Amino acid sequence: MRFFQHFGEYLLFLKAVFTKPEKGKIFVKQIFTESNNIGVGSFAIISLISTFIGAVSTIQIGYQLVSGILPDYLIGRIVRDSNILEFAPTVTALVLAGKVGSNIASEIGTMKVTEQVDALEIMGINAANYTSLAKIVSGVITIPMLVLYAMMLSLIGGAISGWASGIISVESFVKGLRTDFMGYNVVFALTKAYTFSFLITSVSAFQGFRTEGGALEVGESSTKAVVYSCMSIIFFDYIISQLMLFK
Amino acid sequence: MIVIENVNKTFGTKHVLKDISANLYKGKCNFIIGASGGGKSVLMKCMVGLVTPETGSITFDGRDFLKLNYKEKINVRKDIGMLFQNTALFDSLNVEENVAFPLRMFTDFTEEQILDRVNFCLGRVNLVNLNKLFPSNISGGQKKRVGIARAIALNPKYLFCDEPNSGLDPLTSRVIDELIKDITKEYNITTVINTHDMKSLFVMGENIVFIHQGAKWWEGEKEGIRSSGNKELLAFMEASEF
Repeated sequence: MRFFQHFGEYLLFLKAVFTKPEKGKIFVKQIFTESNNIGVGSFAIISLISTFIGAVSTIQIGYQLVSGILPDYLIGRIVRDSNILEFAPTVTALVLAGKVGSNIASEIGTMKVTEQVDALEIMGINAANYTSLAKIVSGVITIPMLVLYAMMLSLIGGAISGWASGIISVESFVKGLRTDFMGYNVVFALTKAYTFSFLITSVSAFQGFRTEGGALEVGESSTKAVVYSCMSIIFFDYIISQLMLFK
Repeated sequence: MIVIENVNKTFGTKHVLKDISANLYKGKCNFIIGASGGGKSVLMKCMVGLVTPETGSITFDGRDFLKLNYKEKINVRKDIGMLFQNTALFDSLNVEENVAFPLRMFTDFTEEQILDRVNFCLGRVNLVNLNKLFPSNISGGQKKRVGIARAIALNPKYLFCDEPNSGLDPLTSRVIDELIKDITKEYNITTVINTHDMKSLFVMGENIVFIHQGAKWWEGEKEGIRSSGNKELLAFMEASEF
């Protein structure tokens, strides 16, 4: 029952968020600031994680394909598909749920408990819209870009680790990457990326916005933002996979 | 002028405001006093629209706030300036940007005009050369002044001050009191001050509303307090050593 109550509150929150911003100029400025915080600010961690995920997946797939019957380049093909379809969008989203989600929830939660949100309301500003819309829009713009970047780096990481460990030559790995490539897989990954980015930013903003109390509650909201974002990512990962891969 | 009539508010089973009626006058420093937990903060939140009472009316110069639609309420809110207990300055904006915030949101001023107005407001609260500092880098008294500067930036008709002296030393408290009093007279604002600082009340109070256990127990001018005969009010004054 509480789930439906919270879900209803979430929908009402979204209704308040998706209204026309008070001042377009200020909104555009907020978009740039938030895009910098969410996108550029996550560049390093995504670079590190995606490179190593590509590297590890190459080693593990190479380890499982030691029969000698199957051609080497299949390693590249499997690494490509597993990274594009799952690792790049989902792992990137889970990492960003931790980094960006907790940041959004704690920022808005702190504004709530220090009466900054009340100050906005008293001025006649839609506080949900002012505090959250730019964050959601920026997330939806920048997170899919980070996913594309993660895809590219994971494949590069895979090629390097395959070559460095002697599992597969770079030529064979690239041949695998180019074999039976389907653009639809990238469309699928981007669909997930857009969905996840909306979930991370909106769920976290909602958790921040419903914070009541003090510093302790801000911490709780931040934790809830990460947990609920991760749960919704996993759930929608399954739904989108079912809908798009087995029509 | 703000007219409060028969306002009731409950939270769960707790009746926080019990049929409160009061008049708050233009150009005067109107004080709402009472013990902590007595309901004065809830009453102020009802007046500024952060809490909606179950019954009653709150009228701002003939505009019944509770009966207005969303857009009309926003128009009333643009006439309201508020100084919060903890100042509620935006952490991510510096002093200048905090004061400029309502101007950027609600006026079509050029950047030059905004800066002029910001400097005027900061000058009015005797704050100079702090424009580029962030709230975390200034003192409590300076934050209160920035809060006042932000509250008067749009020339409000109504100024609400929630515990304006809390956390301030006595000297700074008197400076803030004088500032609020001067601004009230200078701009002919309806100022509503929520406090239990009796020294402030005797320095600048004109119209007093005493709230006790969620109900209004006394209303009048400060000169009438001692002769009021209201035991609760007198006990409250005595506890404050006045």
